[in-house]
Amino acid sequence: MATMFAESALNARNKKVQGLVKTLFMLMTLLLIIPVAIILGTLVYKGGGIISIDFLFTYPTDGMTAGGIFPALLGTVWLVSVALLASVPIGIAAAIYLSEYAPDNWSTRAINLAIINLAGVPSIVHALFGVGAFVIFFGFGTSILSASLTLAIMTLPVVIVSTRESLQAVPPAFREACWNMGATRWQAIRKVVLPNAVTGILTGVILEVSRTSGETAPIMFTGAAFFLPFLPQGIFDQTMAMSLHLFVVSTQVPGVPEELPYGVALVLIAMVLLMNSLSIGFRMYLRGKKKW
Amino acid sequence: MVTANAQPATSAGGDARAVKLSVRNLSIAYSGTPALSGVNLEVRENEIFGIIGPANSGKTSFLKALNRMNDFEVGMQVQGEVLFNGRNVNTLKNVYALRSRIGVVFPLPVGLPMTIYENVALSPRLRGIKEKRQLDEIVERCLYRAALWDEVKDRLNSLGSLLSGGQQQRLTIARALSQDPEILFLDEFSIAVDPVTTMRIEDVLKDLREEMTIVLVTNLVQQARRLADRTAFFLQGECVEIGETEDLFTGKATDQRTIDYIEGRFG
Repeated sequence: MATMFAESALNARNKKVQGLVKTLFMLMTLLLIIPVAIILGTLVYKGGGIISIDFLFTYPTDGMTAGGIFPALLGTVWLVSVALLASVPIGIAAAIYLSEYAPDNWSTRAINLAIINLAGVPSIVHALFGVGAFVIFFGFGTSILSASLTLAIMTLPVVIVSTRESLQAVPPAFREACWNMGATRWQAIRKVVLPNAVTGILTGVILEVSRTSGETAPIMFTGAAFFLPFLPQGIFDQTMAMSLHLFVVSTQVPGVPEELPYGVALVLIAMVLLMNSLSIGFRMYLRGKKKW
Repeated sequence: MVTANAQPATSAGGDARAVKLSVRNLSIAYSGTPALSGVNLEVRENEIFGIIGPANSGKTSFLKALNRMNDFEVGMQVQGEVLFNGRNVNTLKNVYALRSRIGVVFPLPVGLPMTIYENVALSPRLRGIKEKRQLDEIVERCLYRAALWDEVKDRLNSLGSLLSGGQQQRLTIARALSQDPEILFLDEFSIAVDPVTTMRIEDVLKDLREEMTIVLVTNLVQQARRLADRTAFFLQGECVEIGETEDLFTGKATDQRTIDYIEGRFG
């Protein structure tokens, strides 16, 4: 009896390996947090001092070496909102088609491959496409509309892929139960599939917001301006934007006080985090309501 | 409307009851591999028609072909005729009306991720019933007839998926009843249900026979004996024998394979 639970050499080795693996993976996770902490820490330390109500709500002055960031802040809100308005309905509709309606054949697979490849296209290529398509061909000029549509096309794959994944995470048995009682495909989607995929879809939208607000290249040539002394009045106006403004004050304008670019970056990140946490809160609320 | 076009069915075998479902030379294949071949049978009104047979004998495929669920299966080919109230289901335009007249209960309970109330109210809502009072009445009646009402009447607004396995299966039966079906398909309903609940559900089915036709696919030979008026034995894609259940179980089966299967002397 005494030897029954005695540790063999093999047991000992398994235990050691298990401990090592766990420590290694934990270190990797910590490694991941370090850059985030450093970035946030540096931004708050170096740029936190400049943040004030005035900084957020006044125009840049003295050749952009002083003053606030209001036109850029508002411009980013414009760009992100219009881009979402364009890409979310299109992306969700396409994802529903691909996940729920499209037959599994070579053309569907080709479309899926194309979407994945679209996600891999460099943003500067999207920018040049946007210039050719929206600015010149459709004649929208350099405007919020052109820039937002460019951003929308760039982020469509994110919305489509994440929506499709969350639709497919809904068990097929739920659909079959609905079809069996005489529901059409759309009724099943509307009543059972979508309500249970909505948290996943929101995750895709959150990702899109984050990415859209930070992108610089696609908006540089299509609608974002270096400096504008007025606010955009509609989607056919040009606008300033946070990301481009950050690029400009960090590299293009001489004599900018050090804290200014850090402050701009801090506001940009704070915007993204704020939108993310709102969406995460909403997701948690929805997730608490629905479970299987 | 399917019933509107119903023809007076000619009854077979001297039975006075009308034929509800008539299956003629039905064959099913999956991408060319046969799963069921040449099945001929008739299900009569207000009977419990049992289908027994080991796994992979084509029982579930058979049910799918009856309510056109094969439309959703890529590569599933169905040949032959299925007549529902005399109408060929394969030429039906309104296949949704057909499915809504047939309630289906699956082997594993599929509690939809919504409240108990919504689970049962879903089908009536799909039919366009909006009035709260009417929905309340349907939900209570169906849950009651599925022998679940007493256990859930105080928590109709909690999630159906939080119920126990046996309760969930009764919930799916209530959901099937909420379709106000003419036929009820049960596909091995007791596979994940405890014996006590199984007996309760069997009692429910005996009562339901008065109002609807039931096709009971089961892997429990004794369950078919307890419930079915007539029973068919499926084996490896073939309908070996159809007979009065009592005859099959009292040694009057004609095929040796049926006798072996019923007596548990198989393979």
